[in-house]
Amino acid sequence: MALERSDVEKIAHLARLGLNDADLPRTTDALNSILGLVDQMQAVDTQGIAPLAHPLEASQRLRPDQVTEHNQREAYQAIAPATENGLYLVPKVIE
Amino acid sequence: MHELTLAQIARGLADKTFSSEELTGALLARIAEHDGRLNSFISVTAERALAQARAADARRASGETGALLGAPVAHKDLFCTHGVRTTCASRMLENFEAPYNATVVEKLDAAGMVTLGKTNMDEFAMGSASENSHFGPVKNPWNLEHVPGGSSGGSAAAVAARLLPASTGTDTGGSIRQPAAFTNLTGLKPTYGRVSRWGMIAYASSLDQGGPLARTAEDCALLLQGMAGFDPKDSTSIDEPVPDFSAGLNTSLEGLSIGVPKEYFSPGLDPRIGDAVQATVAELQKLGARVVDISLPNLGHAIPAYYVIAPAEASSNLSRFDGVRFGYRCEHPADLTDLYKRSRGEGFGAEVQRRIMVGTYALSAGYYDAYYVKAQQVRRLIKNDFMAAFEQVDVILGPTTPNPAWKIGAKSADPVAAYLEDFYTITANMAGLPGLSMPAGFVDGLPVGVQLLAPYFQEGRLLNVAHRYQQVTDWHRRSPEGF
Repeated sequence: MALERSDVEKIAHLARLGLNDADLPRTTDALNSILGLVDQMQAVDTQGIAPLAHPLEASQRLRPDQVTEHNQREAYQAIAPATENGLYLVPKVIE
Repeated sequence: MHELTLAQIARGLADKTFSSEELTGALLARIAEHDGRLNSFISVTAERALAQARAADARRASGETGALLGAPVAHKDLFCTHGVRTTCASRMLENFEAPYNATVVEKLDAAGMVTLGKTNMDEFAMGSASENSHFGPVKNPWNLEHVPGGSSGGSAAAVAARLLPASTGTDTGGSIRQPAAFTNLTGLKPTYGRVSRWGMIAYASSLDQGGPLARTAEDCALLLQGMAGFDPKDSTSIDEPVPDFSAGLNTSLEGLSIGVPKEYFSPGLDPRIGDAVQATVAELQKLGARVVDISLPNLGHAIPAYYVIAPAEASSNLSRFDGVRFGYRCEHPADLTDLYKRSRGEGFGAEVQRRIMVGTYALSAGYYDAYYVKAQQVRRLIKNDFMAAFEQVDVILGPTTPNPAWKIGAKSADPVAAYLEDFYTITANMAGLPGLSMPAGFVDGLPVGVQLLAPYFQEGRLLNVAHRYQQVTDWHRRSPEGF
């Protein structure tokens, strides 16, 4: 099943990517080409095969519930595009 | 001085033949003279490097020793470095200065290594040619019209051109081994979890692994020694003892069994590279190894499954770049959605956007089982193939790439054409296995690499086989004309 231009617009919205209208046909072709490659795997018989998420099948390690990080807000906000009084600034969300 | 390997530098510094400051100055001059032709560095950190070199010389003068103390290195520009920008070759992070060091950087700094700079790469490590860089493509020193491979192409080109002896890279589908093959270097992707991913900007977290690029296996052993080890800050770091990689380099290959998968000799393989593989096998047989025919029946399914798993993980990992907390922000956003969309649309290059969208699609409602779960099932089949093969053999040998380095731009129009060039390397990432590429000949004046794969945690075995091979061959000693 090939993606249409409208599918690509929907995917781009889900991914919060602003695409240029001019690029849409080329992007649609490229995604269809990649998905054509990906779809080759549908021919593989995987009946009864458990999915593999971690190559060594390790699970998440736990650590003692202790504070190990100190507050570094200033260092982290120093690289932000816009901050004020320790807060990140974005366009107004609520009128 | 620029021809020295890390091992020779360690001896020179220990014997006081030269100081780290002298060496660092000489290499910085070489970078200034030659990198204009290669574009292998995004940032050169000259003053910082000279300060680190003087500090290393002072440590040595006070009696400290260590193979890496005062030795030069450069980091792929996705390892976070405090005080030096980390761009990931992206407009998104063009001016990003990480507030901390990656564990790999921290460890090599502590060992006394001198960082000459940060190397160019494919944006967010997505690519096999180092053409997808906001800072322009990297050139292959063996032929400036050809790509150096990717995504660690800057790290490879700089070492191949003798601008420095070794560098760090990362490998998600072949991004250390393939550029090593394209530039006549030795490059090692360790076992998944061997080298900490903390502070290494993520592409696909279940596949990414950092490792060394150098001109010899001996040097890869030295650099890997400094990089490897358990890190509590990386939730997938493996708590396994790290052996002395240099100690095992000279172990005899008598009785070593080498598996050569029949599926490797497919129609896509340049027959001249196939010949180089056979010649390598013959050389290793002379050293006492025996050859076993094996099969990896699911080899051909690895690329399709990879292009679900890697983009899916990338779409999740790269959601953190939102124009709010750090990185690029668009001008005059109309509202919050516009801020997200335009910051990401303007900040990411075309290939990064494509992979984010493929991943978003594969993970979206209604498609998850058909794509993501299916790909993870195929991933297990690939791992099972290797587990069966390693019951019969000690290592697996084959080509690193089906073709030598292509011309810059030759595969830009069709992303899938470039994806298929990772046929031999991607399976090691899917299974989490260690893999090494070593120089094994030339085709049309361009280097050819042979890949070795081993069971989990047997990086030492790979380095041993490559080192013994490099004692009886001289491919790895050849240097590109003009550098």
